[in-house]
Amino acid sequence: MELVYALAIGIVTASGVWLLLRPRTFQVIMGLALLSYAVNLFIFAMGRLNMNQAPVLDPSGAVDIARYADPVPQALVLTAIVIGFATTALFLVVLLASRGFAGTDHVDGSEGENR
Amino acid sequence: MSGWTAHLPMLPVVLPLIAGAAIVLIDDGKRPLRALLAVLATLAQLGVALWLAGIAGGLLHSPWGGEIGVYAAGNWAAPFGIVLVVDRLSALLLVLTATLGLMTLLYSLARWDRAGVNFLPLFQFLLMGLNGAFLTGDLFNLFVFFEVLLAASYGLLLHGSGAARVKAGLHYIAVNLVASLLFLLGAALIYGVAGTLNLADIARKLPSLTGADRTLFDIGAVLLGIVFLVKAAAWPLNFWLTPAYSSAAAPVAGVFALMTKVGVYALLRMGTLFEPGGRPPLFGGDWLFYGGLATIATGAAGMLAAQQLGRLAGYAVIVSSGTLLAAIGLLGNQYTPSLLLYLCSSVLATGAFFMLIEMVERNRSYGADLLAVSFEAFGLADPEDPTRSDDVVGIAIPAAMAFLGLAFVMCALLITGLPPLSGFVAKFGLIAAALEGAAGITPVGSWVLIAALLLSGLAGLIALSRNGIRVFWSNARSTPRLQVAEAGPVAALLLLCVAMAAFAGPAMDYLQGTAATLHAPQLYIDAVLHGDGVGR
Repeated sequence: MELVYALAIGIVTASGVWLLLRPRTFQVIMGLALLSYAVNLFIFAMGRLNMNQAPVLDPSGAVDIARYADPVPQALVLTAIVIGFATTALFLVVLLASRGFAGTDHVDGSEGENR
Repeated sequence: MSGWTAHLPMLPVVLPLIAGAAIVLIDDGKRPLRALLAVLATLAQLGVALWLAGIAGGLLHSPWGGEIGVYAAGNWAAPFGIVLVVDRLSALLLVLTATLGLMTLLYSLARWDRAGVNFLPLFQFLLMGLNGAFLTGDLFNLFVFFEVLLAASYGLLLHGSGAARVKAGLHYIAVNLVASLLFLLGAALIYGVAGTLNLADIARKLPSLTGADRTLFDIGAVLLGIVFLVKAAAWPLNFWLTPAYSSAAAPVAGVFALMTKVGVYALLRMGTLFEPGGRPPLFGGDWLFYGGLATIATGAAGMLAAQQLGRLAGYAVIVSSGTLLAAIGLLGNQYTPSLLLYLCSSVLATGAFFMLIEMVERNRSYGADLLAVSFEAFGLADPEDPTRSDDVVGIAIPAAMAFLGLAFVMCALLITGLPPLSGFVAKFGLIAAALEGAAGITPVGSWVLIAALLLSGLAGLIALSRNGIRVFWSNARSTPRLQVAEAGPVAALLLLCVAMAAFAGPAMDYLQGTAATLHAPQLYIDAVLHGDGVGR
């Protein structure tokens, strides 16, 4: 599972970085979205990968910590998702404003000489 | 615990949050009420910040029985709950934030807050993010407060709209979003190996990390270091700064002058906390020193090349960041007091400079600076320059121009570090510390730092005098109209710098205490992990 998980993060990150370096604003925002997915998966993995383990303690009976997942990374991921969602939405608005002002979707607000 | 004063550390975060939220709810038509609320909230923040500084400095009665105050939010003890920590450094930066915030707010009320919607709430949220970042004792909350201040800064940068702002904003947001993702990666890695996000707890566990865990920790720390260097505008991560700052509305740029120092603060805080357990790279040492020197060089070159005052001020911010980074990187504890004085002085000066520029340029035709410098460079006579005729000698200087000129000279003195203002005291302190270091452990580095300080000052002086001459000694335009509400805050900021120079002794005493606390991280760790949280 670790290998599959690591590969998934790697592929998503690589795609995100490639898109981020493209000259169109829409590609940049897709790149940022992919990168944030990869980062969220990464944070999740930092609580160690395991299956069939709940993060919330069951008060009935003795508590064996080893049988529970680490709840902190899950809380962090939740916060990161919310913040990432909000900032991406804001970026989308700026992207549209830039398109409106410049009349082009190039990140520099004007087409380069090569195109 | 002793009454409500125990909850003081929470107020710098809660006050702007409530004020900002309340202002959103008030109808746009009731402008005086909105403005009043914003000013009162900022004044209250200044009061709380001064109070906290008094407690941390040992001048006032401490409700938590010590200089370092720890506030456990929700009353959860330190390694598990979230803590806010007030020590001298945090309190100092809170005072700086509130002062600059109040002055830029007053300036903005004259005109700028009407250039778009919801300026005042965003401004409060920016202050909340800054205060929170200076107070938090927890890595993840540092991220959250960074995001709060960045989200507010995105809105403020775009305030007033226009193609230039949107273009600069697009780049600024993209760079900062990527930096935020790196921050998350770094924080997650550190949590993965250290099992905690509390800064004091990380510092405590650091010596026990060995082998692969230590390597992973260092990687995480380097990722964080990159983020802080992006915020602090270190070369080569600073190309976003000048376009963004020079296109922002004047009061926004004024308060942004403080934002680069958040990165410097984070580096300083974590660098000193992690020092006993082995400082990770990028939090001090050669990387910061050479990075700082390169930053000074880029900033100085940029100042010389700048053809608009706004860009000149942007590069001045970069030079001040570079100076701070290089001094931190040299690892001499003797630098810290002067370094903090330099931080305060340069933030106030560049903040005032950004606002001054807007007043100076108000009546200038677009591109006048560009033409002036080009004419000068190519040795051409300016065709529109009426000073070519000899019959304008001896014209009376109107009061507004006199004020602007005087303020410009003071800003130039502060930014370049010439006597008699606080910029000089700070630079003199840095050079004195470097001379001490030259005889000690870092001979070469100290001389290089002295050379960089002096040369960057010279470059700044050349750039500022050239622009000053072009702007003030030509009468190609009418005298700008100034309102007291606009001139007042700039004058107040500059007078504060005068006061810092006049009372340099007491100021340095406080800063020496700050440096002593900062370089004894065990005090901080003990206060957070063993001290009884204030909220209890």
